Amino acid sequence: MNLLQVKNLVVEFPGRRGTLRALDDISFAIAPGEILGIVGESGAGKSLTSAAIIGLLESPGRISSGQILLEGERIDNLDDAQMRRIRGRRIGAIFQDPLTSLNPLYTVGRQLVETIQTHLPVNALEARQRAIALLQETGIAAAEQRMEHYPHQFSGGMRQRVVIALALAGEPKLIVADEPTTALDVSIQAQIITLLKSVCKKHGAAVMLITHDMGVIAETCDRVAVMYAGRIAEIGPVHEVINRPSHPYSEGLMAAIPDITVDRERLNQIDGAMPRLDAIPKGCAFNPRCPKVFDRCRQERPDLMPAQASQAACWLHAPQVGGAA
Amino acid sequence: MTAWFQRAWHSDVGYSFRSSPVAVAAGFIAFVCLFCAVFANLVAPHNPFDLATLELSDAFLPPVWLQDGNPKYLLGTDDQGRDILSALMFGARISLLVGLASVALSAFVGVSLGLLAGFVGGALDAFIMRVCDVMLSFPVILIALLIAGVGRAMFPNAPAAMVFGVLILSISLTGWVQYARTVRSSTLVERNKEYVQAARLTGVASLRIMRRHVLPNVLGPVMVLATIQVATAIITEATLSFLGVGAPPNSPSLGTLIQVGNKFLFSGNWWITVFPGMMLVLIALSVNLLGDWLRDALNPRLR
Amino acid sequence: MSAPSEKPKAMVSARDLAKTFDVSPPWLNRVLEGKPRLMLHAVDGVSFDIEKGKTLALVGESGCGKSTVARLLVGLYEPTRGTFSFEGQDVHATLETPQGKSLRRRIQMIFQDPYASLNPRWTVEDIIGEPLKEHGLIKDSAALHARVGDLLQSVGLSAKDMVKYPHQFSGGQRQRISIARALGTEPEFLVCDEPTSALDVSVQAQVLNIMKDLQQSRGLTYLFISHNLAVVRHVADQVGVMYLGRLVELADKHALFATPRHPYTRMLLDAIPNMHATGQARTPVSGEVPNPLSPPSGCAFHPRCPHANARCASERPITMHLPTVQVACHAVEEGRI
Repeated sequence: MNLLQVKNLVVEFPGRRGTLRALDDISFAIAPGEILGIVGESGAGKSLTSAAIIGLLESPGRISSGQILLEGERIDNLDDAQMRRIRGRRIGAIFQDPLTSLNPLYTVGRQLVETIQTHLPVNALEARQRAIALLQETGIAAAEQRMEHYPHQFSGGMRQRVVIALALAGEPKLIVADEPTTALDVSIQAQIITLLKSVCKKHGAAVMLITHDMGVIAETCDRVAVMYAGRIAEIGPVHEVINRPSHPYSEGLMAAIPDITVDRERLNQIDGAMPRLDAIPKGCAFNPRCPKVFDRCRQERPDLMPAQASQAACWLHAPQVGGAA
Repeated sequence: MTAWFQRAWHSDVGYSFRSSPVAVAAGFIAFVCLFCAVFANLVAPHNPFDLATLELSDAFLPPVWLQDGNPKYLLGTDDQGRDILSALMFGARISLLVGLASVALSAFVGVSLGLLAGFVGGALDAFIMRVCDVMLSFPVILIALLIAGVGRAMFPNAPAAMVFGVLILSISLTGWVQYARTVRSSTLVERNKEYVQAARLTGVASLRIMRRHVLPNVLGPVMVLATIQVATAIITEATLSFLGVGAPPNSPSLGTLIQVGNKFLFSGNWWITVFPGMMLVLIALSVNLLGDWLRDALNPRLR
Repeated sequence: MSAPSEKPKAMVSARDLAKTFDVSPPWLNRVLEGKPRLMLHAVDGVSFDIEKGKTLALVGESGCGKSTVARLLVGLYEPTRGTFSFEGQDVHATLETPQGKSLRRRIQMIFQDPYASLNPRWTVEDIIGEPLKEHGLIKDSAALHARVGDLLQSVGLSAKDMVKYPHQFSGGQRQRISIARALGTEPEFLVCDEPTSALDVSVQAQVLNIMKDLQQSRGLTYLFISHNLAVVRHVADQVGVMYLGRLVELADKHALFATPRHPYTRMLLDAIPNMHATGQARTPVSGEVPNPLSPPSGCAFHPRCPHANARCASERPITMHLPTVQVACHAVEEGRI
C-alpha cells in the first residue's frame, strides 16, 4: 500500500479578484521508503503541495477538493488538534532556512527532547539518549556537549543537520523537505543531501524532496515529478525523466540547465514565461510556449498518461484510438 | 484630477478603504469636520465674533431639543449670546489650522533630519539621535507650556499671528523626533539596496539620491505618523488653550471654548463646555481611526 | 615599446587589490569591555587581467569576497591596498578627479537581486533614463524616450513597457531592465554580480543568452561573479576561484575544468551534483567555510585540505604563474599533487 497518496488535489485562494486555483488536480503517490522529488520553477506550486500535505496552508488558501491519504487514512479533512498529532509523529518537515526553523531561545538539546517526548512514550532520560544518538547520526561531533548549545552557536550546515535530526525525532514514516539545501553553500549542499539520503534510508522514512535544483534531484531521488502552473507535467523514474523526458516542458527544462561537463554556445531557452495563476490558458497550460503544440492542446487539458517509462500530461502520448483526432 | 481619483479608488489602498466600514465612517466624519472648519464663514448660521450681532437676551439658551430651546441656536448659546454651533465651527478651524501646521513643520524637520542621519551616518547620525533622545525625555506639554508661557510673558501684546506662531512652534518642537527616528531606520534599509548603489556608481550626487531615490520610499510610515499626530497636535493645542497659554481669546479654539464653558458646568449650563469637548473628541477620534486604517492598508505583509 | 611576442595589453587589470572593513564594536564598548578592534579582510590581495571582449568569472562560496571585488571595480568601495586599472589608468585615482565622470560612463554593473535593484517608485523610463541624464548624453526628452525604447527592445522587452513600474514585471524581466539600464551609457566593461542566481532555470537561460549576444554584438568585456560553476562554464573565458578573500586559482576555462590544480577547486568541482550521472556516490567533502573574521593562519584552506602539511599551516602561499594557470598552493609548488 502506498505510504502517501494524493488524489485530485485542488487548492484555491479566494481573493478580491476572484478565486485563484493554485493547484489544479494533482495526483501522485509515494511508496514506503521511496524518495520522490518534486521539481518546478517559481509559481509552479511545489511548496503549496508540501504545505497542503503537512496541513500548513496559509489562509485564505484552502483545499477545495481532492484527498490526501496517509497509509490509507484521509488527513486532508482533519482538524487542528488531530493534524498536530500527525505532524512530527508520522510526517516530519525540513524547511529551507535553518535559521528560522529552530527556536533561538532554547538549546538544541531541549528542542530535540521536547519533540521526542511529545510524540513517543519515553521518559526524559531515554529521550535524551535518543537525542544524542540522533545528533551523532547526523554528523555532529561531540554531540553530548552540543546538546547544550543554542542554534546561533552552530554554522549554517550544522543547523540544517540539527533540523534533520529534529525531523526524524518522532520517527516519522514520511519526511517532507522543502528546498533543504538552497540556502547553503555548494560544498555543504553536497554533505547535507548525502546525509539526508543515508539517514532516511536507515530509518526507513520516505522523502518528498522539493527543489528547483535538478542536480540534487538526480543524486537523491528515485522518482521525480515535474510541476508546471499548478499541475504535474511529468512523473517517472529519475533517469528517465532527466535523460529521456516525455513532456516538452521537461525537455526544454533539462536542455536549459547549463551542464558542467559540456561546452555549449547557447543554452536552450523556452520562450515566454510561466502563466500567472489568473491567466492559465485553456487546454494544456504549456501550449503557448510548446514547440510541438497542435490543435488538441489548445482545447483539451491532458491528464497524466503513460509515456515511455514515465507518465506525462501531454497529447503527444495519447493512445491512437481508431484514427479519431 | 479625476483620473488620479479614479486610479486611487481602484487601487489596493482604495479597495481597502472601501471595504472597511470604520475607515469610511471615520473618513466621512473627518471630511465633514474639515469642510465645516474650512468653510465656516459660509456654513455657520451665525458669526459668533461679530459683536454687533450678539443679543445678550439670548444668553444661556439650551440646545433646541430641550425646553426653552430656540431653533435659531441649534446647540444653545453661551454667556454672551454666542451661538455654540457656530463657535464650534470657527473653533474647529483654529484647532485644525494649528494641528495641521504643527504637523507640517515637525514632519518637514523630522524627515529631513532623519534622512540625513540615516544616509550620512557616522558622527552626524549619532549626534542627531542623541538630540532625539534628549528631546524625548522631556514631557511634551511641559515644553509647550514653557515656550508658550515664556513667549506670552515676554510679548504680552503680541499680534495674533505671532501668538499662533509660537503655539505652533511649541507643539512641533517635540513632534519631529518620531519622524526622524522612523525615517532614519527606513533610510538605513533603503541605503543598502541595489538601486541606490546603481545610482551611486553612475555618479549621481548624494543629495540627489536622498531626495529622489530614498525619500519616496520612506514616506509610507510618515503618512501614517502624520495622520495620527494631527489628532495629538489638536489635543495638545486644546490642552494648552485650556491652560490659558494657547489660542488668544478673540479667536478661540476648541480648547479655549472648553475652558470658557467650564465655569458654567456646575450651574447647569452644561452645553457650553460639552459640545466643544465632543467636537474635539470627534475630530481626534476620526483622524486617529483613519491613521490606523492607513497603517494597515500600507503594510505590505497584511495585503 | 612592447616586444612583438608579448600578450595583448589587458583592458582591465587588478594588482594586489585588497579591502579591509572595520567591524569593531563601538568605541564605548571597546573601552568599557576591553574588546579589541576587529578587522574583516574581505579581499586580501587579488590580481587578474581581463582582455577586451572576454569574460572573467569569479567563483567561490559565501565569505570569499567576490561581491566585494565587484564593488571595488565599479568604485563603490575604495581599496585599502592595490590598484585597479582600466585601459592603463588607475580607476580609483581617476574617480576623484573631474575626468572620473566619463570613466563611470564606461564601467557599469548588474546586480543580483532583481527586486532591490530597481527603485519601486520610479517608472521604467525614469530608471533607464537616469544614467543618460546624469551624464548629459541626451538632453531632449523626445530623444530620451526614443533611446529608452531602443534599449528595452535590445533586451527583448517592448518599448511600451517603459511607462510601467517594476512590480509589474517578473524577476527575469526586471533583470533585463537592469541590463538595459547598464547599457544606456554604452559602457565597455560590465561587472555582473550573480545576475542569474535569483532566477529560475529557464529564465536564467534567456538572460544568459541575451548577455552573450550583447557581448558579441557590442564587444563588451565582462566580470561575471557566480557561485554556480555550471553557469560559469557556459559564460566564461577565464575562471578565477576565490576562497576567504584570496584568489587560489586562475586559469583558462578549459584548463580549469579539465585539470583543476588547487585542492579547493577540485573539491568544488567534485561537490557539484551531476545531473546526468544519477545515483553515483561522491567523494565526501569535509568541513565548512571558516568565519572570515578569524581566518586560519597560513593557507586559509589548510584545515579542510587533504594535502595540507606543516608549512601550509604557517606560511601563506604566494601565487605562482605557471604557463596555463595561476595557483597559490604549497602542495602544487612542491609537486606533491
